[in-house]
Amino acid sequence: MISQVFILSSQGDHLIYKDFRGEAGSDVVNLFYEKVTALTGDQPPVVMRHKDVHFVHVRQGGLYWVATTTADTSPFTIIEFLNRLTALVKDYCGSLSERSVQMNFALIYELLDEVVDYGYIQTTSSDILKNFIQTEAVSSKPFSLFDLSNVGLFGAETQQSKVAPSSAATRPIQSSRDQGGKSEIFVDVIERMLVVIGSNGVLMKADIEGEIKVKCYMPTCSEMRIGLNEEFSIGKSQLRGYGAAVRVDECSFHQAVRLDEFDSLRILRLCPSQGEQTVMQYQLSDDLPSAPPFRLFPTIERDNGGRLLMYMKLRCDLPPKRSVLDPTRLQSFSSELNLSQELSSPDQSAELQPQSRAVVWKIPRFPGGTQLSALFKLEVPGFSSASMLEVGPVSLSFELPKITATGLQIRFLRLSPFQPGPAQRWVRYVTHSDSYTIRI
Amino acid sequence: MPYIGSEDTVRDLRRVLSNPNVQSDQLRYRNTILKVIRLPSLVEYVEQPLTAGLRDRAACVRRVAVLGWAKLHNLQTNSEIDAAVVNELYSLLRDPDPVVMVNCLRALEEILREEGGVAINKPITHHLLNRLKECDIWGQCEVLRILQRYRPQSEDELFNILSLLDVSLISPHPPVMAATLSLFLSLCSGLPAVGLAALERVRGPLLAACGNTSREMQFTALCHIQLLLRSLPGLMGEHYKRFFCGYAEPAYIKQRKIEVLVELVNDDNVAILLDELRGYCTDVNISTAHAAISAIGRIGRSYSDKCLEILTELLGLKQEHITSAVVQTMRDLVWVCPQCSRTVCSAVEGCEAEIQDSQGRHALLWLLGVYGEQVSSVPYTLEVFIDGVRSEASVGVKMELLTATVRLFLCRPAETQDMLGRLLHYCIEEETNMCVSDQALLYYRLLHCGIEETRKVLQCRRSDPSLGVLIGRPAEPINQWSYIFNTLEPLRPGAIETESATIGGSPEHMTFDPKPNNDLSDTLSYSFGKTVRSGESEHVQCPTIFRCSPQSLQAAMQLVNIQTLAFTPPHTLPWRVYLYTNTQNKHSADTCHGTLILGELLYTGEEIQKKSKDEENVGVEARQDKREEEREEDTAEGRSEKERVKKNTAEKGIKVTLKQQPRDEKALKGFLSVLTTVLHALSSE
Repeated sequence: MISQVFILSSQGDHLIYKDFRGEAGSDVVNLFYEKVTALTGDQPPVVMRHKDVHFVHVRQGGLYWVATTTADTSPFTIIEFLNRLTALVKDYCGSLSERSVQMNFALIYELLDEVVDYGYIQTTSSDILKNFIQTEAVSSKPFSLFDLSNVGLFGAETQQSKVAPSSAATRPIQSSRDQGGKSEIFVDVIERMLVVIGSNGVLMKADIEGEIKVKCYMPTCSEMRIGLNEEFSIGKSQLRGYGAAVRVDECSFHQAVRLDEFDSLRILRLCPSQGEQTVMQYQLSDDLPSAPPFRLFPTIERDNGGRLLMYMKLRCDLPPKRSVLDPTRLQSFSSELNLSQELSSPDQSAELQPQSRAVVWKIPRFPGGTQLSALFKLEVPGFSSASMLEVGPVSLSFELPKITATGLQIRFLRLSPFQPGPAQRWVRYVTHSDSYTIRI
Repeated sequence: MPYIGSEDTVRDLRRVLSNPNVQSDQLRYRNTILKVIRLPSLVEYVEQPLTAGLRDRAACVRRVAVLGWAKLHNLQTNSEIDAAVVNELYSLLRDPDPVVMVNCLRALEEILREEGGVAINKPITHHLLNRLKECDIWGQCEVLRILQRYRPQSEDELFNILSLLDVSLISPHPPVMAATLSLFLSLCSGLPAVGLAALERVRGPLLAACGNTSREMQFTALCHIQLLLRSLPGLMGEHYKRFFCGYAEPAYIKQRKIEVLVELVNDDNVAILLDELRGYCTDVNISTAHAAISAIGRIGRSYSDKCLEILTELLGLKQEHITSAVVQTMRDLVWVCPQCSRTVCSAVEGCEAEIQDSQGRHALLWLLGVYGEQVSSVPYTLEVFIDGVRSEASVGVKMELLTATVRLFLCRPAETQDMLGRLLHYCIEEETNMCVSDQALLYYRLLHCGIEETRKVLQCRRSDPSLGVLIGRPAEPINQWSYIFNTLEPLRPGAIETESATIGGSPEHMTFDPKPNNDLSDTLSYSFGKTVRSGESEHVQCPTIFRCSPQSLQAAMQLVNIQTLAFTPPHTLPWRVYLYTNTQNKHSADTCHGTLILGELLYTGEEIQKKSKDEENVGVEARQDKREEEREEDTAEGRSEKERVKKNTAEKGIKVTLKQQPRDEKALKGFLSVLTTVLHALSSE
């Protein structure tokens, strides 16, 4: 049972406040903000308590999404609800930010009215909600050159038009209804890597968490068939085909997915409802089908002047032509330092962040099969041999477009009955680094 | 309240509600009812539309109307419950719309709160279970929660229900999975084996929830995994890598993961785990670093060499907060594993300059005082402390300094005498804090009584060298935590109690008090003197018990909910086991809290045998169980405990000494008979 729901900006502004039960006053909002800001550390714990009021909050889009409740409520339910609420707001408003929430407050109140009654969650299915939600979303889309890039010179078809801009899927689902706008469907295969590589270069841990997300902008879509790799297998014992098998350890599906063709043909059938939903989730641990995408060869020594020299060679083991966006590496240190660096290319940058005691090396683009190097010289006051121990693990954050670490591919995507209009189908693959750590 | 509008709005709403055709427009009706229900002044107008709303054709209207009755009831709580409405709501449980059905449960729960909520009988249970699939995840959670109240009438029915629920137990939605497990555990409270099997079954979904995209969900799953580990310590053993921390994870997740990792240590993974934990010790977040350091200390109780190596290495970093945490961890470790003292003593030498906070200095002083004779530089270190005592702010540090200096004086009088004099003089003459000056006076007068007396008081127990402490928490029965499963309780900081209770003060104050003689019953009554009032001691004959392995003894004890604290290794004499249990007091309603029983099993073998030799032929009856009773009765003041020893003819006996708080004869008798049965069963194997 949810007593109140409110949304706060990171500065503590009240964006949305809704009281369902009238049990606690609205002063709890300020109380919550005081509690959140009083705590040190990077993020406060999920559950906080003040007398009988329990605050459960999630942070998404830089906002605090808070529900107040009683002690015996299921935390799984409340957190899942808050996450679902953020997903709904994102679907209806297009994106999740302080600005979009502010501009669409009427729509969000309307949503909350439908979703929760008297503190009880009624429904969060967008199929049902679309019958009741009347307010149009106000989207704040600034003029962007990306929109123009799709149009070729003199309106000619270009290669570009075969690729949707990355912002295409961040629009409100409702505008498709009356603008007669594009009926589109986006299928995203998103994988997150959790990798630890030991100081000797041995892969110590490699986990992949993946999901297939469908975002549907079609008002009527009766059935959709997603074909996965035929060699796709689940579990350790099951092996299919002789080719490069795509294997995952565990796999779970959305309850609306029908699996009657899954065992034989690896086809998922479902009727997508409007908005975003996770169709399939899977995980693979400790057995990567390919080598980890990045390798690091560090050399750390001290020179005569008591400076710490770190020579880093970073190699990208992806197939050539695949490039990586924005890998960043971090390194932890203890004391106040001065940094000087030599990087292998001018478009990279490196800086020292004193607060997190880290050197951050930014590489805007990193083509596969290449190697980059950097030399960092650090002046450490009171340098001793023990300081070498403190040179912490290197952590990489990156995004690999068009690549899945497990090798999962979508063979085809069919909609039935055949859509009369120009229904566009987009498939995207992306691999993120959730945590990619290389020990030194 | 957000809905209260102006007079006009109220008038408008009233007009709408008085219209007999309010039902005609469904959406309008919904919106009106949703708004109006908060205004007490409109109550009289609402009842009629609500009654009509229950029979409306549109499901969305019925949903609103059903909850409307709950709101109405809460607006006028003192009014009579309308039986007709309640009946109508019960009959709406058969509504084709699943949300209406679930809302009926919710409304009845509120309306009938005084009577204990909605009544769940067998037909309703099976109706709800059969329709579970139609509900969305929110409805499923609600139904599963309410079903917890139902008690199946027969075992067959129970297993029918369980098999129906099996699908939702491995649901990919964490809320459904948690609600189902909660229901499982409450249904199988009498069948621990089924409960354990259910825990095994949710392992997959729970681990998946730990990899959820939402950090908050990960955290919730982690906290609940900690609960599960209390009953099944081996549950996640092979999946330990899933609990390695990611670089960007927030501190609250990292700290929980570290706590879980400590529980998962075994011979195979200890090297990898320690390597991983070592990496967290230099974390930017100080509290995460401290959590990792004390985690290494906890692992050190079983794998002391490797852990000490890491801890010593960390001291080399010369970081203020790390050094302090390491010294505290070492202090706790030495208390449990005295064999590490040599390494620790050489490691802590010379690190006093880095420690700034009072807790760290406290720990260092304790180590220096207790192991003063092993470290050559201690007098100089203490001298620095004594010279700076004027600027010392913490009372705890001053008191520890006094104790440490007096202790050092006992073993190295020549070097310490002068500085002890200065310290005592300062503390007695100039110190303003009563505690410190009183303690100084006490030591001063004690020293007057002579060196032997002082030694008796201060020569502390560094630990009990005859005991090897059991590693790892013994498995608890599921009932101990099942009532907080799937509530906010496990998510609260510090909800899962940690094993080490010795944070801050010296370990001896927490566990054993310094006592020169080794008589355990004295020690127990001394250190637990405040909590334990009644003592009971009994002899049980099971001569072979000391030969059985600690593991099997521990396992057997846990079956009957007795937790073992510590053991001597098998085949050693005297053989000792310390154990405790908490009993729930069921027969007396006024004292609802349980009683704590603390026990010692002592087997001295030969001595009793010799005594009894002249009475009986040992060879013939060596295996027979006889009984020797020994009772301790404490006087009203609880000061001197007389021991009345009734010696029956016995050749070998296990002496059982029991202490209890608060006194409860029945529970004690029950405990003793259970214990006796277990011991007999074990020794006959």
